[in-house]
Amino acid sequence: MKQDSETEMLKEYAEQDYKYGFVTDIESETLPPGLNEDVIRFISKKKDEPEWLTDWRLKAYSIWKKMEEPHWANIDYDPIDYQAISYYSAPKNLSDGPKSLDEVDPELIETYNKLGIPLEEQEVLAGVAVDAVFDSMSVATTFRERLAEKGVIFCPISEAVKDHPELVKKYLGSVIPRNDNYFAALNSAVFTDGSFCYIPPGTKCPMELSTYFRINEQNTGQFERTLIIADKGAYVSYLEGCTAPKRDENQLHAAVVELVTLDDAEIKYSTVQNWYPGDKEGKGGIYNFVTKRGACRGNSSKITWTQVETGSSITWKYPSCVLHGDNSKGEFYSVALSALKQQADTGTKMIHIGKNTKSTIISKGISAEKGQNTYRGQVMINKSATGARNYSQCDSLLIGEECGAHTFPYLDIKNKKSHIEHEASTSKIGEDQIYYCKQRGISEEDAINLIVNGFCKEVFKELPMEFAVEAQRLLEVSLEGSVG
Amino acid sequence: MIKIKNLHVEVEGTKILKGIDLDVNAGETHAIMGPNGSGKSTLAQVLAGHEDYEVTQGSVDYLGNDLLDMDVDERACEGVFLAFQYPVELPGVNNTYFLKSALNAHRKYRGESEIDAMDFMELISDKIKLLNLKESLLKRPVNEGFSGGEKKRNEIFQMAVLEPKLALLDETDSGLDIDALRVVSNGVNAMRNEENATIVVTHYQRLLNYIIPDFVHVLVDGKIIRSGNKDLAIELEEKGYDKIIEGIKT
Repeated sequence: MKQDSETEMLKEYAEQDYKYGFVTDIESETLPPGLNEDVIRFISKKKDEPEWLTDWRLKAYSIWKKMEEPHWANIDYDPIDYQAISYYSAPKNLSDGPKSLDEVDPELIETYNKLGIPLEEQEVLAGVAVDAVFDSMSVATTFRERLAEKGVIFCPISEAVKDHPELVKKYLGSVIPRNDNYFAALNSAVFTDGSFCYIPPGTKCPMELSTYFRINEQNTGQFERTLIIADKGAYVSYLEGCTAPKRDENQLHAAVVELVTLDDAEIKYSTVQNWYPGDKEGKGGIYNFVTKRGACRGNSSKITWTQVETGSSITWKYPSCVLHGDNSKGEFYSVALSALKQQADTGTKMIHIGKNTKSTIISKGISAEKGQNTYRGQVMINKSATGARNYSQCDSLLIGEECGAHTFPYLDIKNKKSHIEHEASTSKIGEDQIYYCKQRGISEEDAINLIVNGFCKEVFKELPMEFAVEAQRLLEVSLEGSVG
Repeated sequence: MIKIKNLHVEVEGTKILKGIDLDVNAGETHAIMGPNGSGKSTLAQVLAGHEDYEVTQGSVDYLGNDLLDMDVDERACEGVFLAFQYPVELPGVNNTYFLKSALNAHRKYRGESEIDAMDFMELISDKIKLLNLKESLLKRPVNEGFSGGEKKRNEIFQMAVLEPKLALLDETDSGLDIDALRVVSNGVNAMRNEENATIVVTHYQRLLNYIIPDFVHVLVDGKIIRSGNKDLAIELEEKGYDKIIEGIKT
């Protein structure tokens, strides 16, 4: 996997360097702060996009201009100045980065070590200029070949625009329209890149699309756009993110992820998010305003969102499912941790339209230190959704005295022949529990990890095995020192 | 093994123990008896290291070390085990996993490697038979949804796995029916040897018919007012605490 990651990284960088030229003056490749139509045309031109996409972006921009930033979420942050952000900067030349791990913040290295990330991967994550190992190039080629053999298309979305315009045109914005919300509109106008994935009918993607993403993610930047389509009877498991904290100078992130499943298709989308949470006062952390939605268009299709959110200073995220197809299923499994001064307002929407549609929501919120954790969920059962079922379970765990947990479940039931269940609980890690563990010889920190892992078990078991282990370790590292 | 000298303990400013002296040697079983509120459980908790209990005077020497200077988990790893009067529930934490973590913490403290998974399963299947516990309890979260008797048996089961040097049994008999009492006592007795010691804290003499003590101490109002052999427990049961207290006063 390590080799894959290095190769892909290098390949990406190599391609970009080629695209923009080695000799180009860096200054001229970065736009000054500000957003207007010229900026959008510039981005579109840089990416060599067809006219329809330029127009699509411009339309999104005009929609965004008329919208207002939403403030209904239970989060508190300084106003964002959208004109102070630069919306395009050329990918950095590798030589700008640190020359070796010695030049990287020791605290970051310590965290990598705690997470057990191999040295070579640490270099990639920290943006160290690594030497090209041409020998491993073949690994990546094999990887792409294996996918291509099955007819799976997996590439940067900018590449898909050129190579598969019919698919992009058909599905882009079809799940999350440009006017869906403020951040989605902004993303539609200025997105720089992201992933595109198409699984042809009857095909089971031959591998977890995780390794690839760990690398690919490096270049996606702050306005990332992902589109995944599983055609009839297709299956794919996709993992986004990385347990390792990454350097990132962009404070605002506004990604859009759209998933589409046709008849009998299934997408499992798993996220592990560990962006910089800011310091103890909550300064400097990432603002993560993400729109993620899947449409189960086909009958008996299924979409599963699994997320482990431990990073960011602000998390605003509601991965949702629109269950159009009869007998389709939507699932949402979430662990969200807010420590330090982090604020997370996260949850899901399950929109039942088709008959006998089913949805499951398991949300586990953990608050520690001064963290504030909010679950916000909506279950909507339309008139047409006869026989629909939903099961929701929202549990909160509090560690310490200064944190908070909030739950806002919205239910909107328009069909009497449906069945919904909701369970919620809030508990605190008690001193008596820690004392009991300690009396059995278990240290305080291990005691907390035991209790937290017990609390998250139902979600972790939905993650691909290796990531479940990593996620568990990530929680342990994130909670370190939060009790005392 | 343990030498308690002139131990004074307060809880939130209230004096509970007012000068306890007690020596327990390896191979011995001591029973601490006394009426409600006499400070029996306080003695057990303070030896385990509960932070709500403040030692204002006195010392406790445990195997040549100052016990009061050690943190709770350190005491545990040094072989002090408290069977709780009210075992605590740990939702979501698998009983087997918990026990394995505890055992490995002990092993790590002693500089040993983690126990092999197969060896561990063998160990617990041996010990669980001793306590006549249902195997299904191993897969459940620690103490959650256990009956009162199951909780108490689970305590002794943990004790059997961790093999402490000094076991403190705090009202282990409360909430047990006669059959469960016999099972628990048999478990405790099976573990007794020349290397370890047991302090049994109890209100009733009943338990002492099964776990026969070498010494019995009567604790009243924070002080040990009488010590004797197992016959003292029977005398207590016959006469009641009041008579014994009166006998001392006159």
